[in-house]
Order: sequence, then structure tokens, then C-alpha cells
Amino acid sequence: MARTPTTTDAFSAVAEVSRRALLNALGTEEATVGDLADWLGLSQPQVSKHLAVLRAVELVSVRVDGRRRWYRVNGPALQPVFEWARNFESTWNSRLDRLDDVLVELQTKEELT
Amino acid sequence: MSNSTGSRYGSAVFTLPSDQEILVTRVFDAPAELVFDAWTMPDLVKRWWAGDRGKVTEAQIDLRIGGRWRWVMTANGGFEVAFSGEYREIDRPHRLVRTEVFEMFPEAEALSTLTFEEFHGLTTLRILGWYPTKDIRDAAIASGMEGGLQTSLDALEGLVRNEE
Repeated sequence: MARTPTTTDAFSAVAEVSRRALLNALGTEEATVGDLADWLGLSQPQVSKHLAVLRAVELVSVRVDGRRRWYRVNGPALQPVFEWARNFESTWNSRLDRLDDVLVELQTKEELT
Repeated sequence: MSNSTGSRYGSAVFTLPSDQEILVTRVFDAPAELVFDAWTMPDLVKRWWAGDRGKVTEAQIDLRIGGRWRWVMTANGGFEVAFSGEYREIDRPHRLVRTEVFEMFPEAEALSTLTFEEFHGLTTLRILGWYPTKDIRDAAIASGMEGGLQTSLDALEGLVRNEE
């Protein structure tokens, strides 16, 4: 049976709580696996495993400096996730903005009567 | 009235408190009773629930514990979007709990808890959606696209202004 890969895109990659924590920890900095393991209280193999997933969908890029590997967040790759959430937000904003109008109108009517 | 300029437009805040929840928070310049009524009276629901994404064609509300509700809109793309469920808690004007199903995915029932908190004449509305799984929660977020991608907030502004 074909198994659906869990990490086909940015969405599935950030669906895992440790990977979100990892992205948050990286922020706008560069860090090594050791740094990240310390900050997050995870083992280095765990961090490496999550980094591999994030790299596969290009959410994280790596720079090799001698024997060290520096990881950083690749911001543009997160864009689809923001867009996606924004669409939901915009539907609800549109609804609640309209509700706002209705409430204003109801109160205006109350003042008149 | 100062708010007639729509100063709070676009101010809903959207967060994901846990893997199974969506929280939408929005402040209104109105007493809690009125905001509550706008969620529980069909004639009022019809006037806002579709936002700018379409037109509400049905707003059935049987407001009692175990009573059913069913809201339908025809989206701008021409297709129908229907939500329905059952009322679980009714405490006007503080709290409203109802189950909620997007009828296209009837097995994915959510529990929606609305709280209306009034302070100095302003009411904070919190809509907390609880979903059986994270996948269903995420699908619900994706269905924010229900009305199609043609959002025209300018048109909305124009439309509501001609009431004045």
C-alpha cells in the first residue's frame, strides 16, 4: 500500500509541533544542530531528523563552514502557509465586518425610536 | 456615529490555541445582547454571515438546547455552502455553544463555543472552534476559501454604505 509521505510541502512540515518549535528557535539566526538541541532540550539525532524534513521542503537552508553546518530559516518558503491562513482570516474578517455594519445599523435605529 | 466609517474593519484576530482548535476574536461597538442576537436571529444572520463571499439563502435557527440550526449561502461562484448543527448551551448574552458541520464533510463535526464579553459598551466576541482531529481543523481553515478567491472588500464597503 502506498504510504502518503508526511512531508510533501511546507504545510505538512510545519504540522509537527517540534518542527514549528525548531523554526521559532532559529528565528532570524543561524544555528548548528548542537545549538538547537540545547535550546529545545531535544537530542541531536532528533534535531537532525527534523532539520532533514525541513530541508527537504526547503523551509531551512544550510551553509557549510569547515566542519560546521549552519542552519537558517528560508523565509520565502513559508509564504504559502501565511497565504493559506490569511485566506481564512479574510473570510472571517469579511463576515464580522458585515456583522459590525448590522450592529451599527441596529443601534442607530434604536436611537431613532 | 464614528464607527460608521468601519474603523474596526479587518480587525479579527485569528489564532490556533492547540492542534484541534481555531480561535477568532473580534471587538464590536455594541452591547453583548445585540451581538448575541445577531448570531441567533435569522433575519440578522442573513445580513452578515455570507460576508462579501455570497448571499445567505437560508438561516434556520431553533434556539433551544438540542434545537437545530442550518445556514446556507450561495457563494459568488454560484455554488452552495451549507453549515448546520445543534445548540448545546444557550446563555444569552454570554455564551452560545453549538455543534457545527460543513455539510460537504458531514463526518467532521466541530464544537463551536461563542463567548460575548461586554466591557464599557464594547463587546469582545470569541469564536472557539474545536475539531475532532488536526486534519479536520486544517481542512476547516482551508475551507475559508469557500466563497472563492474573488474577495472585493471595496465592493463590500460600498454595499453597506448605501444603507445610510
